[in-house]
Amino acid sequence: MDIPYTVEPRPDTGLYNAKVGIWLFLASEVMLFGALFSSYILLRVGAPEGYWPRGWLNVPIGTVNTLVLITSSITTVMAWASCKMNQFGRFKVFHAATLLLALTFVCIKSYEYHDKFTHYEITLRDGRIADGHLVANDPKADHVVISGRYVQDRKDLFDLEVRPAPRHHEELSIPRSQIEKMERYGPWHHTYLAIYFTLTGLHALHVIGGAIVIGFLWGPGSKLWETDPERFTNRIEISGLFWHFVDLVWIFLFPVLYLI
Amino acid sequence: MQATAQAIPHSDVHAAPHEEAGFWSTYVFSTDHKVIGIQYGITALFFLLFGFSLMMIMRWQIAHPGEAVPVLGPLLAALFGDVAAKGIVSPDLYNSFGAMHGTIMVFLGIVPLAFAAFGNYVVPLQIGAPDMAFPRVNMASYQAYVVGGVIMFTSFFIPGGPAQAGWTSYSPLATSIPTDGQTFWIIGMVFLITSSLLGAVNFIATIIQLRAPGLTWMRLPFFVWAQFVTAFLLLLAFPPLEAAAVMQLMDKVAHTSFFLPTGLAIGGNLAHVSGGGSPLLWQHLFWFLAHPEVYVLILPAMGIVAEIIANNTRKPIWGYKSLVYSVLTIGFLSFIVWAHHMYLTGMGIRIATFFQTTTMIISIPSVIVLTCMFISLWGGSIRFNTPMLFVMAFLPMFGIGGLTGLPLGLSYSDIHLHDTYYVIAHFHYIVAPGTIFALFAGIYYWFPKITGRMMNEFWGRVHFWLSLIFMNLIFQPMFAQGMAGMLRRMADGGANYSQARVENAVGGLSAGIMRLHTYILWAAVGLALAQIPFIINLFWSIHHGKPAGSDNPWEATTLEWQTPTPPPHGNFLTPPEVHRGPYEYSVPGHARDFTPQNQPD
Repeated sequence: MDIPYTVEPRPDTGLYNAKVGIWLFLASEVMLFGALFSSYILLRVGAPEGYWPRGWLNVPIGTVNTLVLITSSITTVMAWASCKMNQFGRFKVFHAATLLLALTFVCIKSYEYHDKFTHYEITLRDGRIADGHLVANDPKADHVVISGRYVQDRKDLFDLEVRPAPRHHEELSIPRSQIEKMERYGPWHHTYLAIYFTLTGLHALHVIGGAIVIGFLWGPGSKLWETDPERFTNRIEISGLFWHFVDLVWIFLFPVLYLI
Repeated sequence: MQATAQAIPHSDVHAAPHEEAGFWSTYVFSTDHKVIGIQYGITALFFLLFGFSLMMIMRWQIAHPGEAVPVLGPLLAALFGDVAAKGIVSPDLYNSFGAMHGTIMVFLGIVPLAFAAFGNYVVPLQIGAPDMAFPRVNMASYQAYVVGGVIMFTSFFIPGGPAQAGWTSYSPLATSIPTDGQTFWIIGMVFLITSSLLGAVNFIATIIQLRAPGLTWMRLPFFVWAQFVTAFLLLLAFPPLEAAAVMQLMDKVAHTSFFLPTGLAIGGNLAHVSGGGSPLLWQHLFWFLAHPEVYVLILPAMGIVAEIIANNTRKPIWGYKSLVYSVLTIGFLSFIVWAHHMYLTGMGIRIATFFQTTTMIISIPSVIVLTCMFISLWGGSIRFNTPMLFVMAFLPMFGIGGLTGLPLGLSYSDIHLHDTYYVIAHFHYIVAPGTIFALFAGIYYWFPKITGRMMNEFWGRVHFWLSLIFMNLIFQPMFAQGMAGMLRRMADGGANYSQARVENAVGGLSAGIMRLHTYILWAAVGLALAQIPFIINLFWSIHHGKPAGSDNPWEATTLEWQTPTPPPHGNFLTPPEVHRGPYEYSVPGHARDFTPQNQPD
């Protein structure tokens, strides 16, 4: 006996096995990200008044990335539709676009990460706080140079929508002897950044994982098209469902982390 | 969703060729659900034994604090160094063993045995399928489980030893212990969770898609239903713990503050963390998994019990539909009772009221299940073989475990009983003489299908009676200790706590309560000795047991007994077709007292 319904749907459920499998897997993924989103809500609600950051992320860049992922979802559907219509060449083109868009997304995301990891908050001994991007930090020099601003009240660094940061940044040269604490905007800096890096990092891993699968099906895996086009089309559909889910997670992430 | 009779699709060109496979691909990297089930079973039994040994050492330490462990002492000193100097279990080592006993028993022992081992071996056979829906995913699930187990096991031998913060791993304690044990624990858990998720997806897809023609939902054996609900619990409850594990890992490794509050002081010094996190968040996420998890532990056991009761009373299970709807209800409700583990966290009266209410409601379907099982015995001509003895003991043992849970589900009485030995006795009654007895029953019951030989009946009975007696001698005194106020997780068994008593002050522990430790220790030793006949019987019977004599030695109705023994690759010689319900025993007018599901009218 062989395993039935690997390609053709079971009459009473109308689904082939892998499609049931991927939907179940996505249900568990919903719970995974759901738990993280719930944690975000709990941490934000529990934060003291005025100390939850707003406006720390670049909304135009986030918007571009959102559009990139949405477009990749469209090309994924088109790739699957091309398979269904027996147009293998068009499939190759559309999924090449999906892969390029995935790469674009990851590149933009790493640029954003880099921006956070070069951003420092420096507490001075006189109580002032310098905040900005690192320009020079030569261990031999006795000054640290950042491009940013001084604030008196740490609260000024948090809600940038209520207390906007000045557009113009100046170069600040800070003597090392004046520095009490110097910390970059990594996940350890604030709970907001912790959940930001965890959520987007986990999402980025999903993007990379999905891209590897789609890349395999686009490259060596596409040989299956010649021997069993139906099974191959199913694989494109399954990987596509996963890709739409990854896209959907971002659709939630973007407003939660960038906008509200 | 009526599955009408239809032809199994013909094999296509991509079907796996049936050539002779070598040792490695047959026994180690197998995709056959039966081999994977046996792999899971043997590995899980090993971990059960290992987790039990940890407990034995802890029981010695509780009964004789500060004295060297007999027999194993030198070994402990050699393996763990300072924390077990001269063979004496230090509090640090005790904490490690406690945390790992819980982790190993739950995540590496019972769940893999009850869900993965029995589920893998039996479910595809019972639904008339050639294999699981995704055989390679199935193999990956087992491999992830082994990797997780190896990581957990390795953590015993790293500097500082394994995790010490209990199997619940509450932050900030778990995060602030400076050793790496907790990091190993988290990474090991991520692999175990992945394994469970892959298994859960596979089971649900298999049960939905691969039922034989004619096997409608209400003709499924109850065991399949139990595994189906269990798989959903694992699928939906584990990911939040995975999220929590990722966040705790970030706290440990990237020094974030998900679970670390502002102003956290460790050892009197302010911790260098950003703060703003919530220790309560960990508890919510942990128990969101861990409460459904206790139903993961018990539901497969209930499934096994139903199969064996029907078979050995020679009559249908009483209230099959009530059973099915009850497990579905339990599955749903188990997601909304988790905070009854957290009454003492100060989460508020209103929230506590909600969780008390749901907790009382979930006891209703549980009682229905147990009642159906009891009524099923009524008027049956019962065959008292070893599997049936274990199952008959399961019923009252699970009853004790369940009923003693009610005072814990109400916050008023829980305030007194929380974190005492009463809690330990309660859940061990459910899991040890409950689930583990059902698993023993399952092993004795399905052994002839796996090997073609019966396990020895006499030694089976010795195993049963000694286990039953010693299990009760271990756990019954703990109720008394807990009600007297003895807290769990004390490395000296409360010796200091008890002696700190001031003259005429209330709250100390009496000498009688303390003396129970000694009795429990020797009962535990007795329980260990009682497992020797089982272990020998299990391995000896593989080659030397009495031949089963037929493919269906218990004269059962379900499909797994209608295959050759042991079932070949692909299971059935001809695709089975199902014509009737799962428990058609003693049907009036039939020639025999059992009518297999695939027998045409």
